[in-house]
Amino acid sequence: MIFLETRKLTKNFGGLVAVNNVDFAIEQGKINAIIGPNGAGKSTFFNLISGFHPPSSGQVIFKGQDVTKLPANKIAQLGVARTFQTTNLFEQSTVIDNIIVGHRLRTKSNLFDAIFRTKRLRSEEALCREKAMEVIEFVDLQKVAHRPVAGLTQEEKKRTAFALALATNPEIVFLDEPAAGVNPDETEGLAALMRKMADKGVTVCLIEHKMQMIMKLADKIMVLNYGEKIAEGKPEEIQNNEAVIKAYLGGSAIA
Amino acid sequence: MSKIQRIVILGLILFAIVFPLISNNDYFIHVMTLSFIWMIGVYGLNLLAGYTGYLSLAHAGFFAIGAYSLGLLTVKAEMNFWPALLLSLIITGVLGFFAGLISLRTKEHFFAIYTLCVGYIIYLVIDKWDSLTEGVRGLIGIPAPANIGPLSFETLQSHYYLVLFFLLLVVLIMYRIVHSLSGRTYIAIRNSEDLAQTIGISTMKNKLTVFVISTVIAGLSGALYASFVRFIGPDIGSIAIVFDFLTYLLVGGLGTLSGPIVGTLLIVVLSQRLQFLQDYRMLVFGPVLTLLIIFYPRGIVGTAAAWGQKRRSSVHKTRLNNLPEEQVKEG
Amino acid sequence: MEILIQQLFNGLTIGSVYSLVALGLTLVYGILHIPNFAHGALYMMGGYITLTMMTKYGFHYWIAIIVSILVVGLLGVLMERFVFHPLRDAPPIHDKIAAIGILLFLEAFAQFVWGAEYQSMPTPYGQVVEIFGLTFTMQRLLIVIAAIVVMILLTLFLKKTFTGSTIIAMSQNREGANLVGINTKKVAMLTFMISGGLAAIAASLSAPINLVFPGMGHLVILKAFVIIILGGMGSVPGAILGGYILGFSESLGATYISNDYKDIIAFVLLVIILSVKPTGLFSKGGH
Repeated sequence: MIFLETRKLTKNFGGLVAVNNVDFAIEQGKINAIIGPNGAGKSTFFNLISGFHPPSSGQVIFKGQDVTKLPANKIAQLGVARTFQTTNLFEQSTVIDNIIVGHRLRTKSNLFDAIFRTKRLRSEEALCREKAMEVIEFVDLQKVAHRPVAGLTQEEKKRTAFALALATNPEIVFLDEPAAGVNPDETEGLAALMRKMADKGVTVCLIEHKMQMIMKLADKIMVLNYGEKIAEGKPEEIQNNEAVIKAYLGGSAIA
Repeated sequence: MSKIQRIVILGLILFAIVFPLISNNDYFIHVMTLSFIWMIGVYGLNLLAGYTGYLSLAHAGFFAIGAYSLGLLTVKAEMNFWPALLLSLIITGVLGFFAGLISLRTKEHFFAIYTLCVGYIIYLVIDKWDSLTEGVRGLIGIPAPANIGPLSFETLQSHYYLVLFFLLLVVLIMYRIVHSLSGRTYIAIRNSEDLAQTIGISTMKNKLTVFVISTVIAGLSGALYASFVRFIGPDIGSIAIVFDFLTYLLVGGLGTLSGPIVGTLLIVVLSQRLQFLQDYRMLVFGPVLTLLIIFYPRGIVGTAAAWGQKRRSSVHKTRLNNLPEEQVKEG
Repeated sequence: MEILIQQLFNGLTIGSVYSLVALGLTLVYGILHIPNFAHGALYMMGGYITLTMMTKYGFHYWIAIIVSILVVGLLGVLMERFVFHPLRDAPPIHDKIAAIGILLFLEAFAQFVWGAEYQSMPTPYGQVVEIFGLTFTMQRLLIVIAAIVVMILLTLFLKKTFTGSTIIAMSQNREGANLVGINTKKVAMLTFMISGGLAAIAASLSAPINLVFPGMGHLVILKAFVIIILGGMGSVPGAILGGYILGFSESLGATYISNDYKDIIAFVLLVIILSVKPTGLFSKGGH
């Protein structure tokens, strides 16, 4: 069974077609990458899958279930996590405090539990904290776990955002330009972390501009240009694909 | 909570309890009771504006709904105070639910303008609906809370303790909400609604819950006000009241737990000192509000907390610096 | 029939005032995305300054209005420089609170200087004229004519002059405007100047038929907000059209529904609009 797929996914903004008839299948446990020139519709594609925008037409199928019309929070509960280009973290708060709430969707306690400090709340709080520590360890941020996010480096912030996504117990994470604004050494580190996630069984799908990293890291690549899929395949296939080369050289890809 | 914090809080509660005994000045006790009532209302506003980031300008309206519900139920329907209080809170909550259902679909500017208008509609209805609310004449003769067994609330002192009890209850509830998974959820929404949704939080459901609680607390504050002052007019629903709340909250610290107490107390005391200014106190507080939001947007409590955190983290940093093998990264 | 025409004319008068106030509000919103809650206080200051110039210094009505435009415009510029500019990167809740602080201050200031009582403004145009068998006061006619002239001048300024077109450019795309070398600081100050000036004109024109008092801006500003949500935040034609729509609905509502509740019409209108479309009418959808 295909893990996650899009069928003829399309999004119009006014008269503009941002994503056009894209069929894409994501394989479980692999690292999938979406590349393409600026404005190719990559982020919009992410927003459609994660439920931020309703698509104009087409479908998103996750593990055999049609999730096209579900809101973002419902999709997250099914096990689809994502990060943003800007990390959007709560800067004044510590790393761990940012991450604890990531496991909230797996808990049930409500306001009643909060006001009366019920057993359920206490055990679930402990659970969330444990989960937070676990993912902090996974992304290797133990040293800064109790520091405010504002004082972290860009790379550490990216790791925190990863950890927050992982705290939701996802089966697949969508990473929007995870290595943007990060130096080459640190990029290596983040790539290793993504590999570690895939090895642990969390499927990864990322948008990235850093070609070298993608070609080394990805198992499968899809290329978007002007909202349309122009190529799909293994890194070496993509590297030799003429349409892709044309698109990146600035000419029109649609021959 | 640290040990020092516990001691300070216990000390403050103790002081609040013995205050009427040592003060013996009815005027001071009166002012104190009123500021407790304001504090409750400010806590209501704080939960919404401070922890979820939605600035509601309709809260004077909900304060007035609480006050008028209690007033009308006790005066016109001649209900006993306690069931009337409960019913007033329910009325405020139900109206808050519907107001929230619509207004929370809007964001930022639209939300502020929308709630400003909702507040004005509430004020206008109270002002114009003569046959029910007595309009500009106001509602007179609201009774003091009815006795509970041997407890009577006829005297100023006993009323003071009653209001104090409700204030402490509200603070306790706030503390527990803020320090729970629900509280973390609200803060996540304030921080970024997009991010909150991607980690599986239903933002609308949570915002609506907060909106309703926050209006109920504003309603409680209004109901207590009505039974304490015994007379209410449409003015209590005017925008000026919401601006007062906002000033108290901002001076104390938006999104902090002790902010509402610190801000309200400080401004009320200052207002007493500035009695000669009377109607012109906004000459001072208006610029204070503006300057504060520019230079100290986190208020007294928030600024103090940030200062403390800085000191702690600089201590932490020097400790790290002393370890030769540690590399401390500058952010 | 006569009543209807009389009411339609009243609607035109009120609508003219609303449009002028809403125009100032929408210009500022377009440029800086600030809902300026203090705009009503500028309107109020405009009324008081014109009144003082006339009664205390014996200026002619028109000279007094010009002084008022300059003073209130300057007040707008000061607000931009010292309050909104420093807050441009702050969370959205902050500029609203800052504006409320200014509003509170200006109202207390007016009460301190001029007192809390209602004052009436004399006008050289108190006479009554008769057109087609209907009677109008000159002042009301003047409001309508002056408002239309001001709106035409403003539109010409925005469309035909370079400075005006920079305002439009900046409201459409701030970063872009910055890139093509528009001095965004100057444009922001200019916009606040115009916005304050428009508020002063509106207040000075309407004061003779209403009254001058510290809270005179409250309802007007609330309604102006409704208008710009109705007409699209930042839209100039929307503000003008919305102002007249509200003016007509109010004057007709006052006659045919209830005079007591006429002020509620605007807010009910707003509640309906935002219930159906939370981002306001005519907003550009999508991300």
